[in-house]
Amino acid sequence: MDAFLGQVFTGLSVGSVLILIALGLTFTFGQMNVINMAHGEFIMAGAYTAFVLQDLIGTDTSLVVALPVAFVIAGTLGLLLELVLVRRLYGRPLDTLLVTWGVSLMLQQLARDIFGAPNVQVRAPGWLGGSLHLAGATLSYSRIFIIGLVVVSVVGIWVFLTRLPQGARMRAVMQNRQLASCSGLKTHSIDRLTFFIGSGLAGIAGVALTLLGSTGPTLGTNYIVDAFLVVVVGGLGQLRGAVIAAVALGLLNAFVEFSTEASIARVAVFVAIVAFLQFRPQGLFVMKSRALT
Amino acid sequence: MLSVQNLDVAYGPTQILFDVSMEVPANELFCVMGRNGVGKTTLLNAIMGVLRPTGGRVFFEGRDLGKMHPYQRVKAGLAYVPQTRGSFPQLTVLESLKVVVDASDRGDRDAMEDAIELFPRLRKLLGRKAGLLSGGEAAQLAIARALVTKPRLLILDEPTEGIQPSIILEIEDAIANLNSSTGMSILLVEQYMEFALRLAGKHIVLDAGEVVSSGATADLDDARMRELLLL
Ligand SMILES: Nc1ncnc2c1ncn2[C@@H]1O[C@H](COP(=O)(O)OP(=O)(O)O)[C@@H](O)[C@H]1O
Ligand SMILES: [Mg+2]
Repeated sequence: MDAFLGQVFTGLSVGSVLILIALGLTFTFGQMNVINMAHGEFIMAGAYTAFVLQDLIGTDTSLVVALPVAFVIAGTLGLLLELVLVRRLYGRPLDTLLVTWGVSLMLQQLARDIFGAPNVQVRAPGWLGGSLHLAGATLSYSRIFIIGLVVVSVVGIWVFLTRLPQGARMRAVMQNRQLASCSGLKTHSIDRLTFFIGSGLAGIAGVALTLLGSTGPTLGTNYIVDAFLVVVVGGLGQLRGAVIAAVALGLLNAFVEFSTEASIARVAVFVAIVAFLQFRPQGLFVMKSRALT
Repeated sequence: MLSVQNLDVAYGPTQILFDVSMEVPANELFCVMGRNGVGKTTLLNAIMGVLRPTGGRVFFEGRDLGKMHPYQRVKAGLAYVPQTRGSFPQLTVLESLKVVVDASDRGDRDAMEDAIELFPRLRKLLGRKAGLLSGGEAAQLAIARALVTKPRLLILDEPTEGIQPSIILEIEDAIANLNSSTGMSILLVEQYMEFALRLAGKHIVLDAGEVVSSGATADLDDARMRELLLL
């Protein structure tokens, strides 16, 4: 029983980081109709932000400071990507995929040049040191912190999307870009905002990941496939869908891993997802609409 | 007010419009007619900037619309109700109108109130997701969404296509009203000939991507018209 609870908890904390990664990814996916392969490197940028800040200002405060800083740094990287490259490639998904993949490799190399190839360790602040003992299971404070962080972020995104005019504009462009433009919405500046926020979320996820393991140049690639699966299963641009799919995937991963070996577990998860998509190829929820031409 | 000069439009290697020209005067209800597939929607998409013409120019109030994006054309005073009547399916009716008003420099609360006034049916649907509306309701929302930007030229692509007759009348009345009471210029694509003939002051008829007739609708010979429009 205690091992079961512990496993649920591990699944939830990993799943909740996946939510952040996948939400960000689904924002930019809605824009480009293709996965942003560099999204993983925005996660990495967030993680290294936490690493740099811990030396600059000390581990007690660095984690909390790193969250907004990583959001801005990763967001700015995303903004630059949109501004310099992606903007020229809308409507050409294959080219976009290749270009973002290229950027992903460049950013990994850049990280190697700056921080070295070996992984670095971000130390958790002292106040996250202990763990909570509940019904015989051990729930570490860092994982509780991550879950809390993600809950706050998701609520924040939800409020932004549903209550603020900028959020409504973003939803409109994601749901029907051509109609949005024909209705007077400045799609180009909304695209940039979408990229900034979507990539910024990856930065926050990166900071959270430093609490779960070490940080290296390929940190992002470990998560990008799972995040992509969450986007596909959850349905494009769907907050609800992404949340449900990410938690489900996190739990599924944790349990299958618990009962079998890791590599077989991966295969089992893929099989489950392929089976799911046979029944609902559009994902849990849908939102795209007819285009004008 | 709107001047289309020698427009050529192609999809890839296939040219659809050939040297199309027309002049839409201010305060006019101008009708574009023609059979299915002759290029009417293509013409409107090119005027709106959804498609890039391969030749020719479009002027609005003397300004060359050139390479302007659709949203810049809306800012210049155009509004477009596409034939597909696309929507923002997950936004409610109210959100759909608000998001457009908020993005517009001319639109305001009053414009929204006026648009809803024009289609009272929408008032009961304000909280409903746009993707769940019936065809007629979606058509009314599409027109309302265009109107809240307070356009000087309203472009409508077959607003009554596939709609139940009772709502067709409501939409017709609304369009006729807009033109006569506010003096808004209207560029209308319409297959429904009686409607077009009754309302339109001027017109062009397209056939296979070319203008085959143009002028004052009153001068139209009924027999010639039928020949051009019927299969
Ligand atoms: N996206 C497209 N790609 C290629 N051809 C198209 C596209 N849209 C329309 N066409 C073709 O262009 C022609 C004109 O279409 P359209 O402008 O929609 O006609 P109308 O509105 O008069 O019925 C048709 O032959 C149609 O098949
Ligand atoms: Mg058409």
